[in-house]
Amino acid sequence: MKVGVLVLVIILGSVLIYGSLEFPPWGDPASPASSHLSPYYIEKSLEDTSVPNLVTAVLADYRGYDTMFETIVIFAAGMACIFLLRSSGKEESGTRLYRHIPTGITLRIEKKSAFPEKSEAFERIDSVWVPHDLIVKTTCRLIVPFIQIFGLYVIAHGHHSPGGGFQGGVILGAALILFAISFNLRSAIRRMGERLTLMLSTLGVFIYAGTGVVCMLVGMNYLDYSALAAMLGVDPVTARSHGILVVEIGVGIAVMSVMVTLYYNLASTGKHDEGL
Amino acid sequence: MDAFLNVLISKANYWVYITLMMIGLYGIVAKQNMVKKIIGLNILQTAVILFFISIGAKKNATIPIIEHAHDGTHTTIAAIHYINPLPHVLMLTAIVVAVATLGVALTLVVRIHQQYHTLEENEILKRIQET
Repeated sequence: MKVGVLVLVIILGSVLIYGSLEFPPWGDPASPASSHLSPYYIEKSLEDTSVPNLVTAVLADYRGYDTMFETIVIFAAGMACIFLLRSSGKEESGTRLYRHIPTGITLRIEKKSAFPEKSEAFERIDSVWVPHDLIVKTTCRLIVPFIQIFGLYVIAHGHHSPGGGFQGGVILGAALILFAISFNLRSAIRRMGERLTLMLSTLGVFIYAGTGVVCMLVGMNYLDYSALAAMLGVDPVTARSHGILVVEIGVGIAVMSVMVTLYYNLASTGKHDEGL
Repeated sequence: MDAFLNVLISKANYWVYITLMMIGLYGIVAKQNMVKKIIGLNILQTAVILFFISIGAKKNATIPIIEHAHDGTHTTIAAIHYINPLPHVLMLTAIVVAVATLGVALTLVVRIHQQYHTLEENEILKRIQET
């Protein structure tokens, strides 16, 4: 079986390498991919949209439909994860472990025995042994706000430097996941609950699709941001740049909350109880 | 010899991606473990992403961000000075969608493990036939 697959893969690879001999050489400015549509994008997008970053201009304006449905794909992935994994049951998972914070002693509470959930001296810990790591917790607590500010910068500055909604959303989501890993899943969920992440992921898609609908209500085409010129009080070209910023914010919110949703469900296999 | 070197220099990037792609394909087909199959799928995806990015490259060109766009000093924008932005756009969305589909794939793997308590493909098939 494995030898057969290896032979097949080698044959297919040699056929592809033979085919690659007809490809344009690396870095050829006259290659087919760079000679039909992309010169238009490079030469005209600054006067069309006043966005210097061509990737952002093409992503959110010329190919706005594509990006909108990519956002919907990400949203659908988050929904699929919840539908497949989330178990809503509040059933207790047997024993619980608590750490007495001043002394570091771990208590094991058996099933059915009551314990005050909110206590200053005790904190609940995961059933797999978790050492009390002050250095990791303190470092992550210090670093997370800066990561989040950098994520916001990447979203907001996507017009002038590499960045945009997708990248910034992933950075914001990674900051929350870092927090959840360094503390525990419960304290992350206390700060950003399931309901909030679901509402934010819906809000992100709504902002993107809603911008298109607003353009349509003014009487222009769907996602033609120059329709926003009268509302924003700027000329149509600048309005397209502002419209790109609005949809990038929507993409960023959707991507961040879907990343967090995926992590919550995968780390705890849908229980949102204890995880990595 | 020189002819071969010219071919090597101008086509070596494609060969690297083809190798990566074949590694990924081998992982998908030959490995029995579901997680290893997903890793193979991701390697294949990476090969496609690298292939697209290398299509956009141009010699003596810079990143697709117009220089001095708003300070009034920019000259005529020529397509030859900036690399092709289109593959970058396509792959930018593809990377994030790859992460999302990876999440769904791992979700399915978790569900399969809950149901059959194994991730080996042949054992799962055996247990499906038993029931």
